[in-house]
Amino acid sequence: MATGQEPRIGHEPRIGHEMGAARDELREVPHQIRDRVTGEVRRETMIINMGPQHPSTHGVLRLLLELDGETVIRCKPIVGYLHTGIEKNTEYRTWVQGVAYVTRADYLSPFFNELAYCLAVERLLGIEAPPRAQVLRVLLCELNRIASHLVWVATGSLELGAVSMMLYGFRERELILDIFEAVTGLRMNHSFIRPGGVIMDLPPDGPRMIARFLDTMPARIDDYERILNENPIWLERNVGVGKLSAEDALALGVTGPILRSAGVPIDLRKDEPYSGYETYDFDVPVRTEADAYARYILRIAEMRESLKIVEQALERLVEPGPVMVEDPKVGWPVKLSVGPDGIGNDEGYLHHIMEESMEALIHHFKMVTQGVRVPEGEVYQAVESPRGELGMYVVSANEHRPYRVKIRDPSFVNLQAVPTMVEGGLIADAVAVIASLDPVMGGVDR
Amino acid sequence: MPVERFEGHLTGRTPEEVEEEVKKGVMFTTLDRAVSWARKQSMWPATFGLACCAIEMMSAGAGRYDLSRWGMELFRASPRQADLMIVAGRVSQKMAPVLRRVYDQMPEPKWVVSMGVCASAGGMFTNYAIVQGVDTIVPVDIYVPGCPPKPEMLMFGILKLHEKVRTTGTIR
Amino acid sequence: MKPAELAVRIGDHFPDAFLAREEVTVLVGRDELVDALLRLRDQQDLSFGFLSSVTATDHPGRDPRFWVVYELRSVEHAHRLRLKVGLPVDDPHVASVTSLFPTADWHERETWDLFGIVFDGHPDLDRILLPDDWEGHPLRKDEELGGVGTQYHGAFIPPVDERTMP
Repeated sequence: MATGQEPRIGHEPRIGHEMGAARDELREVPHQIRDRVTGEVRRETMIINMGPQHPSTHGVLRLLLELDGETVIRCKPIVGYLHTGIEKNTEYRTWVQGVAYVTRADYLSPFFNELAYCLAVERLLGIEAPPRAQVLRVLLCELNRIASHLVWVATGSLELGAVSMMLYGFRERELILDIFEAVTGLRMNHSFIRPGGVIMDLPPDGPRMIARFLDTMPARIDDYERILNENPIWLERNVGVGKLSAEDALALGVTGPILRSAGVPIDLRKDEPYSGYETYDFDVPVRTEADAYARYILRIAEMRESLKIVEQALERLVEPGPVMVEDPKVGWPVKLSVGPDGIGNDEGYLHHIMEESMEALIHHFKMVTQGVRVPEGEVYQAVESPRGELGMYVVSANEHRPYRVKIRDPSFVNLQAVPTMVEGGLIADAVAVIASLDPVMGGVDR
Repeated sequence: MPVERFEGHLTGRTPEEVEEEVKKGVMFTTLDRAVSWARKQSMWPATFGLACCAIEMMSAGAGRYDLSRWGMELFRASPRQADLMIVAGRVSQKMAPVLRRVYDQMPEPKWVVSMGVCASAGGMFTNYAIVQGVDTIVPVDIYVPGCPPKPEMLMFGILKLHEKVRTTGTIR
Repeated sequence: MKPAELAVRIGDHFPDAFLAREEVTVLVGRDELVDALLRLRDQQDLSFGFLSSVTATDHPGRDPRFWVVYELRSVEHAHRLRLKVGLPVDDPHVASVTSLFPTADWHERETWDLFGIVFDGHPDLDRILLPDDWEGHPLRKDEELGGVGTQYHGAFIPPVDERTMP
């Protein structure tokens, strides 16, 4: 206390006056934060570390941020905390086992990983999957797209504070995971799409479950739009945040909803169709504002388009047919189906290999342990995953196992755009930007 | 007159027998049980979701498989406020020091649930990049297998952990 | 352009181009890489302005040992091209293309990290997927898969049946 001041005890609190006195004291800035030479208030930037263990970084992403107050001056993303060595592991396993590895790369869209890999292997083999298998692939992939976008809206909203959207998003995702569990046996990481087709046909109540899902889902998407579209907090946090122009996006290799939100209408389902996509009737939503809100609107619209494709695919599944290619050198030997005990064994086939034919047993043994031998060559197959262009560069050396499998993951490339989008903005916007990018670290690090 | 109850039911002991026991120090046992019960009732997990298992952990905390029934919906971001670490996903060599650091930051008492085969034993990734079992870095209480385990499997593991905490005395 | 027509068009400019499985691949020498990419990008009917991925394959015992593979795509014409550069094992250097395609930044870092191929002129050639002090380049064919016997920071993980409780 400075000398000459009266003691405060016993006096009445003089509220307005006291605040004024406090303000005057603050103007007497303490000497430690002034530069000794010039006398100006020093400005220092602060380097902080966000992640890898952080609730808002969508997985194990580490951001090194250099801050000036709340403004981000520089941002450097550091990845590699989930590096799994998937590509090296596939070189030591058979081609079919490769599906189980590859499906865990981008773990929120497992069917897309499997599809790209199996299409690449089929091109190397020079075969095509039967039509019913292709329809099943499209159906499951589009359901996966909806599930992935639901996780995006759930976790993105949670990170920005809209906690109830997390519960709604995961509630709808459970409906889709029920369908996946009934069809493939697993909720995630299915290993269902195999080179040559798919491993099993739909269960008897599969079409009914999917139809019921198609009935309930549009109303739920309307609910999401009612909650978020004109919510003032959502608008404040997303409009104008994370702008990435089309030239920057193309130079940085960004694909998917981020590129389409900048006005570039590239969608591999339309530009380089695979698996029969050219025969389905759907639109590709495109926006021009290139900010986080545009990406949100885009992904909601993509969910609706995916529902349209699922409906069309379901209609085509009325006709029965094979789901695995018939060639005995390639196709999986067993015709699996869910029996009364809930296990996917085929009684007739078991009887055939165990009792009737020794050759069939040997053939089954060789196909399951060694698998198919793929002729020499290399192929790059790209599919449109929920995050962008997912490509597989598969090299074969005429063996029973791959020579090299390179996964061109969209999140790996999209994350390169983070510095461009985050620098110059507030640190709270960094969270919104990462949420609008929708990175999945399993794909980034593989 | 003290009447003895166990789990809410009256035991068959007379008040005189109970008086005898109280004199022998049964108070400590009851306090022990009470503390263990309190610890398991609202165990707060620290967010350590890494890969696919993290999504199933989030599903376990979401609406259908509700972890809030056991007071665990509050995933604390700061490890200093958490007492359970669910290692959900594959731990790479680069992440291992981070895992140990987060574990060290948690105050006692703390428990670790290793969720999924990748955390328990390296999973299908027996290669250079993945730590072959997170129990080489932190002491694990419960291993939950699966790739990924269904939320119900995770809940079963967590309930087993609650049993372990409830029956393990910490005072005596 | 359809792949067959593209193969003919590319063959006019590059001698080592071939068509296989509906894909056009061009082999160029290490010194012609940047030049070739510029030509492929600037020609109107080709306009390969989008680089999808940069990776490498390892063929021990063969010459060249490494092939660096560039996947190109054209936004206007929606066709693809693969460009491959062969590198010997004792001198795995190649020019970085980040000045032409900024997206190559992280791809080249990953290729350096996993294969040990040095990209000259890269602004920041560090390891990206593996820890900074990792030794070796795992995706080379002479590196083993690892697992239980992996050594890192002096910690050795014994096989499962030889472990004791911590």
